[in-house]
Amino acid sequence: MSDYNETEFLICIAARLMADKTVAFVGTGIPMLAASLAKKMHAPDLIVAFEFGGTGASLEKLPLGVGDSRTFHKAVVAIGICDTMETAQRGFIEYGFLGGAQIDMYGNLNTTVIGKYWPPKVRLPGSGGANDVGSHCWKLISIMRQHDSKRFVKKLDFLTTPGYLTGPGSREEAGLPPNTGPYRVVSNLGLMAFDEKSKRMMLLATNPGVTTEQVIQNSEFEMLIADKVGINEPPTDKELKILRENVDPDKLYI
Amino acid sequence: MEVLESGLGELFQKPDVWGFREWVHKHKDKTLTSKLMSEQEAVTKFVKDGDYLGTELYGTVRAPMSLTREVIRQGRKHLKLAGQGIHEIDLLLAADLVDTLDITYIAWEVYGISSILRRAVESGRVKTADWSNGAITWRFKAAAMGVPFIPTLSMLGTDTLKYSSAKVVKCPFTGQKVALLPALFLDVGLIHVHRADKFGNCQIDGISGFAFELARASKKLIVSTEEIIDTEEIRKYPEHTIIPYFLVDAVVHAPFGSHPGEMCYMYWRDEEHLMSFLEESKDPAKTKAYLDKYVYGPKNHDEYIKLVGIDRLKKLQSMIGGR
Repeated sequence: MSDYNETEFLICIAARLMADKTVAFVGTGIPMLAASLAKKMHAPDLIVAFEFGGTGASLEKLPLGVGDSRTFHKAVVAIGICDTMETAQRGFIEYGFLGGAQIDMYGNLNTTVIGKYWPPKVRLPGSGGANDVGSHCWKLISIMRQHDSKRFVKKLDFLTTPGYLTGPGSREEAGLPPNTGPYRVVSNLGLMAFDEKSKRMMLLATNPGVTTEQVIQNSEFEMLIADKVGINEPPTDKELKILRENVDPDKLYI
Repeated sequence: MEVLESGLGELFQKPDVWGFREWVHKHKDKTLTSKLMSEQEAVTKFVKDGDYLGTELYGTVRAPMSLTREVIRQGRKHLKLAGQGIHEIDLLLAADLVDTLDITYIAWEVYGISSILRRAVESGRVKTADWSNGAITWRFKAAAMGVPFIPTLSMLGTDTLKYSSAKVVKCPFTGQKVALLPALFLDVGLIHVHRADKFGNCQIDGISGFAFELARASKKLIVSTEEIIDTEEIRKYPEHTIIPYFLVDAVVHAPFGSHPGEMCYMYWRDEEHLMSFLEESKDPAKTKAYLDKYVYGPKNHDEYIKLVGIDRLKKLQSMIGGR
């Protein structure tokens, strides 16, 4: 079962970042699949929080949206938006998982507009819960399906969700909770972290067959490179089997 | 309190705390009278041109679609909207009834962005102010609390705040920066629920999204419900009643009222209908044809149900997962 596609790989990498016995605030799409896979692999006690109020769902069936009935199927609790957002705001949620249209070197995300604010060239969906997730979760993990210089940009058209804003100390300066911020970025080319001092994005590992040079070329901003760049382990047979047979048997996403 | 930053976004609805108090004091009837009426009557009575309208839902889930279609049929225009929404806002935008949007998220989740929203906003026809989802819900919560604003640590440091009408101040207790969100008092709220009695006591199964807050933030509240049940029955479980009757102005019986969206434990969403709408919505002429067929065509919700077909709806019922 060595054949796999980019989406399957992204899901596996994201799933491996989800730690057992933590709370993950997940958005639509890949984060949901990753959470479901993680629960079936190494993290049975991962508590998945959805913004409309479902927390701790079994994820036996894959949700189509962050508020459908599968987001609270056999859940721990089913309340409402305020409860989930306030739980994040008071520091209960370890990980946030988001996607974005654009990301910059400080891990800030844009999901609002391309071009000027109004009237924009392209009107995107808006923040939704992303800004809340990026503001309050301890560690933010962003999933970018397409790593290229139009998406890994020097300057966002609109800063929807806070990463490290303009660099070290700027989250705290803005009033955001201390010791929070971007932790990892998962893309179709590799896995990135953030340099502790400069808070800038740094390549940690590439996917098999991808070169460091390719990651640099496909990022508009200057990507920092870790001293030793690893290679991400391809999806295992077990991961692929569970992903295909149990997580998304209807092939909604993969 | 020192204001450190002010969002540039227009405040489409100024918080009028005393006005809201006066309104509910004068208009919210505590007598137990039946508020059962048709959607035509409810919209005619309670929705006016220029109103600030709020719909409560999550994505396509428990969406007040039958009420939204009636608002469009009656052509209520120059509406101000808050969304968090999708199909209902797409339809209101497509019918060109909306002037302003307090937007947090309007899109089709995994199926991508809204073509109708794009046309409405990119053309400059509809003005926007942006918020996070937490922020817009807390704005309803502030209104529900009867206060002019609520503090949050969301949106700080971002363009989301810059293009909202929030303000950043120095907290008088801790000295830290906090964002203040203006209370959002609605002229009209539309909510679809699982069951209600004729007086308007309402219960919702599963997650309740922001129904609690929106119901309490609305001057006029129209509720549509899958089922009307006896007061005796609903009052056996008052802990499940999220909206008490005295908040409600109209109760509309609307089985499958969330169609083509879903209703948890009752029916699954109509993927086929939504997928074809999504395709049609890319083209203005086809969007209009959709409105003609599904909104302007049927003269009420009963006719809409007949148009969709009971067999199809029964199939959707069979597709919903259990507990």
